[in-house]
Amino acid sequence: MSDVLELTVAQAIERMSAGELGSDEYFDAYAEAAAGDELGAYLWKAEPGSSDGATGELNGAPIAVKDIFCTEGIETTAGSRILEGYRPPYSATAVRRLREAGAQLLGKTNMDEFAMGSSNENSGYGPVRNPWDTERVPGGSSGGSAAVVAARLAPWAIGTDTGGSIRQPASLCGVVGLKPTYGAISRYGMVAFASSLDQCGPLTRDVTDAAILLRAMEGRDPCDSTSVGIEGGVELPSRPDLKGLRFGVPRELSSEAEGIEGGVRDVFERMVGLIRDLGAEVDECELPHSAHGISAYYVLAPAEASANLARYDGVRYGLRAGTSSEVEGGLADGIAPAESELVSMYERTRAAGFGPEVRRRIMLGTYALSSGYYDAYYARAQRVRTKIAEDFATAFERFDYLVTPTSPTVAFELGARAENPLAMYMADYCTVPMPLAGLPAISIPAGLAQPDGGGPELPVGLQLVSPAFGESGLLDAAHAIEGAIGFDARPPTGAGG
Amino acid sequence: MIDRDQVVHVARLARLELTEAELDKMAGELSGILDHVERMNELDLDGVEPTTHVVQLENVLRADDPRPSWPREKILEPAPDPDEGAFRVPSPQA
Repeated sequence: MSDVLELTVAQAIERMSAGELGSDEYFDAYAEAAAGDELGAYLWKAEPGSSDGATGELNGAPIAVKDIFCTEGIETTAGSRILEGYRPPYSATAVRRLREAGAQLLGKTNMDEFAMGSSNENSGYGPVRNPWDTERVPGGSSGGSAAVVAARLAPWAIGTDTGGSIRQPASLCGVVGLKPTYGAISRYGMVAFASSLDQCGPLTRDVTDAAILLRAMEGRDPCDSTSVGIEGGVELPSRPDLKGLRFGVPRELSSEAEGIEGGVRDVFERMVGLIRDLGAEVDECELPHSAHGISAYYVLAPAEASANLARYDGVRYGLRAGTSSEVEGGLADGIAPAESELVSMYERTRAAGFGPEVRRRIMLGTYALSSGYYDAYYARAQRVRTKIAEDFATAFERFDYLVTPTSPTVAFELGARAENPLAMYMADYCTVPMPLAGLPAISIPAGLAQPDGGGPELPVGLQLVSPAFGESGLLDAAHAIEGAIGFDARPPTGAGG
Repeated sequence: MIDRDQVVHVARLARLELTEAELDKMAGELSGILDHVERMNELDLDGVEPTTHVVQLENVLRADDPRPSWPREKILEPAPDPDEGAFRVPSPQA
């Protein structure tokens, strides 16, 4: 049985097609592994024996789905207490398309509340632990999805990425994570955080599985007018080397990246050598405005979130707080009571249902959009966004792909950044510029390194970036590098570990 | 910098009730984040077009075919206080 858990999904499908593995047997192996989750990674799990023997291209393969995707009749919370018990009347398009391709829902994974966070500590349902060291974070916000794939509690998973929420946890957990081009996959039924940035994508054991998932999910959807799909579709990767390709190394996001650890730098330098050995030309380049990515992002994303999260008002779904209850600690001095019972209900519901980080971002976004501050913050951040996109366009005149470390650090300890929001935001330093420019990027496990100051050896991710809708080539290049790395380390915690 | 009075004002705009302790903490945290964000002021952005959307968008059209909408019961099912086929809320006048 444990042998089954070591297969990539492509390998498992091959065995199932050859009649060497039953689809129910495959599903149950994971349903049983998931039942033993000690990482806090699952919020809902399918029962062993509940496989309905789905067929199709994916042959009934089980999949873990971030709890931000609506699943018809199955609780969907987006990691928030304000949505506790919410059962959506419909499924997200991405989930529906996976189902149509023959995948079966294995579980819903824990996440930072409304995808706001880089450590999974902002979940309303408790943190997720990193299977490489359970005293450390798995990254976020798709921390549950990354952890279950790494710990062999799921063969693959989907998550969402707004500023790094697929790639950063993939890096910290030692799995593959792909953020597709904005518009590649429908956002319909994906609980909205920052609508101009949010994108769904796969977290997998290898690059081929990521390509299979992308192929199953991409495409235009009448329910999301920003979805366009990937013209020409997605090809499965096959490239053995990188001959004839040009790779750029942006200084600002590698050697000069803020807070980059020594161990991460060493692994990254080894990767640059390996890419050269595979036949590519490699040269340094500049993305001069990328250092302002965090600033622009933490205006734009909270601003969009403050509007999107206005819908949680205790009227149509989720939590409703009473109108007459006393606030713990008492109302602040100088605050007049709400103008009506209705407004009081809104204010109390949102105070009770949202966690501290979500409240902070709603406040930040509301401030940035408020009268008198709009031009100084929001309009300015939108112009920085333009400059960041132009930097990438200039770099792609010279290079086919850009490479950077995915995260400046390996997984940090639980609680290490919980009291310092800005330190937490810096975890996305290397991943934030790509969604601002709408570009696809993938993180693949590159090796292990110790954190600064010593500690256990932990995964380090390599990030590759391509021009918009260049996913087939990006996956192909990542596949060649993945083959040369031969990453075969296993986390000590997890199924069979 | 964002002061206590501004936090009170923004919390009301955002429909968030804050306690005394939260108010002071929020003012400090938001000020720290805004200090970092204001590094953008170093950049000369005169004449730069703002980006509202990264992918070239075309208007999306479809045929105006009538189709059933969601059944009322299904949409009311997750509501905290459904009543007589509607969402009931506390009085906006009281």
